[in-house]
Amino acid sequence: MVLIRVVEEMIAERYNEQKMRCPTHLSIGQEAVSAAAGIALSKEDLVVSTHRSHGHYIGKGGDVPRMIAEIYGKETGCSKGKGGSMHLIDLSVGFMGSTAIVGNSIPIGAGLGMSLKLDKSENISCIFLGDGAVEEGVFAETVNFCAQKELPVLFICENNLYSVYSPLSKRQPKDRQICTMVEAMGIKSAKGNGNDVFEVYNQINKSMQYINHERKPFFLEFDTYRWREHCGPNYDNELGYRTENEFLEWKKKDPIPFASKILLKDKLVSIEELEKIKDRAIVDANNAFNFAEESPFPPQRAAYEDIYSL
Amino acid sequence: MTRIISFTESINEALTIAMEIDNKVLCYGLGVDDPKHIFETTTGLQEQFGEDRVFDMPTSENAMTGIAIGSALRGYKSIMVHQRLDFFLLAMDQLVNAAAKWNYMFGGQSSIPIVIRLIIGRGWGQGPTHSQSLQSWFSHIPGLKVVMPSSPRDAKGLLLESIFDKNPVLFLEHRWLHNQEEDVPEGDFRVALGKSNLLKKGKDITIVGMSYMNTEAVRAIEFLETLGISCEHIDLRSVNPIDWDSIIVSVKKTKRLLVLDTASKTSSLSAEIIARTSTELFSEMTTAPDRICLPDIPIPASFALTKDLYPTSFDIAKKVCSMLDKNFDPAALIQSEFPHDVPGDWFKGPF
Repeated sequence: MVLIRVVEEMIAERYNEQKMRCPTHLSIGQEAVSAAAGIALSKEDLVVSTHRSHGHYIGKGGDVPRMIAEIYGKETGCSKGKGGSMHLIDLSVGFMGSTAIVGNSIPIGAGLGMSLKLDKSENISCIFLGDGAVEEGVFAETVNFCAQKELPVLFICENNLYSVYSPLSKRQPKDRQICTMVEAMGIKSAKGNGNDVFEVYNQINKSMQYINHERKPFFLEFDTYRWREHCGPNYDNELGYRTENEFLEWKKKDPIPFASKILLKDKLVSIEELEKIKDRAIVDANNAFNFAEESPFPPQRAAYEDIYSL
Repeated sequence: MTRIISFTESINEALTIAMEIDNKVLCYGLGVDDPKHIFETTTGLQEQFGEDRVFDMPTSENAMTGIAIGSALRGYKSIMVHQRLDFFLLAMDQLVNAAAKWNYMFGGQSSIPIVIRLIIGRGWGQGPTHSQSLQSWFSHIPGLKVVMPSSPRDAKGLLLESIFDKNPVLFLEHRWLHNQEEDVPEGDFRVALGKSNLLKKGKDITIVGMSYMNTEAVRAIEFLETLGISCEHIDLRSVNPIDWDSIIVSVKKTKRLLVLDTASKTSSLSAEIIARTSTELFSEMTTAPDRICLPDIPIPASFALTKDLYPTSFDIAKKVCSMLDKNFDPAALIQSEFPHDVPGDWFKGPF
């Protein structure tokens, strides 16, 4: 959680250097879901994600220097500079790919689930999605197929209330919850506080036990909030699509101090240890940025490679 | 020893062989196990390979394409089929933004070996949304491979090659070819993707055809021969990538080019073929290259409205004669004895 925060704050801080020349969607404020999911899932469990995927990638154990190098467009990037911030991949930890069209990776995650079922594997496929993707036709199609085929798929929906600038209230009916809709479509569902990392972890763990035991899909919805603009490094409350007050209320629910307080109270960690965690994250993030800065750009001819697999 | 089988039997045989060779080959689509078995192309597959590998699917073209992509990431090779190309238009996001891009946008780390069979309808009132021939859309997308078999032999060879290719392949079957028959090799017989097929050598003009238009071309070329016109006939076979070398070599020799397209004219593959060939061989060509396509209109349903809409061997022969300044006697070419909206007496509708 701390590493995700530190890395993304550093992206925001350095974005104006104009060296990270691609659209970048930060998940600052939403780290609890990424971190808890990364810990609950095993390395062999598979993940697909969205345009806002830095947190999911880092949480799952994805290589941070290669992610930053990808954002810098370098040859050492996790996608060799072909994908940018929105197309992250680290097959060595089961992070199968994040894609940039809303809803696009949802059926792909279900396809991974089908392959696991065919192989009689114990592992699961985890699909990260947002509240906007729920409105796509492909979401309904995929939920239907997963329910019909009883696939080992865990849906994790981060409901951060906005699709770019469009609030949930203008996009979905007032009294209907996403998770109850999905439950009605035939997939067992639950909802939780997405800023409480312990609750998220427990919920994911419970749902994974259900999937493993029943070999059926599960859907989790977590309420959370992105602090910064939809795309880019800045705060954007002055635009008026959401109120400063709403933002400040959510900022009070910052998942990192929330978790720290509980850990300190229960004496599971000391202040010094917490500081050490943060210091280490800063060192790791700096190393990642140095790696990216020092890496070469791909040669121009590489633009013409990898169109087909040979 | 010759072994005459139909186009649909050829497809069925290719599917069976692929599934025997590799137990990670899957086959699904709306209706693969129904009583009609996709015009009998999937008959017997579920009985032989089981319901895990051959299955009916929900009417969810977009998501099911994503399912194929996701399972491809773990080595499963899906063959999905849609009874009309038009139905597949719901899946453009998964096709264009995911399948076609995946290998490229992740730096070549994971490819998408899937085959999507799309059937192009024609005649019998198929109308505006059951008869579109949209190969030019697909040929425009880097990362896709697109083939259009025009014979039972090629149907088998190209399908087997497509299934074991590492990339997403769209396999466009023309409904009017389904009952054609010819000698087809047994066993695991392959035809390379991206290569055209020289159907006939000639010296006066190069005719490049695709899919069903090659059937019309063969009739026209036989007739033209009686007038002393020697046509070189190239079956394009693959429309992405296109076998440019063979087209250029041929036109360099004949100095004339006629392209036969199953689609409407504007922004069609015929436009691309003429543009590229003209750019390379402009000063060597003795007549302006030309093409025969459908008009730029949606296809209507009525028997009356489709009369004279689809070009035939008659139109091809007439066009070639005009390009070569030869007289064309319409009475000399025997026209099809069947009504214009069916490929032969085997077709009794409904689709």
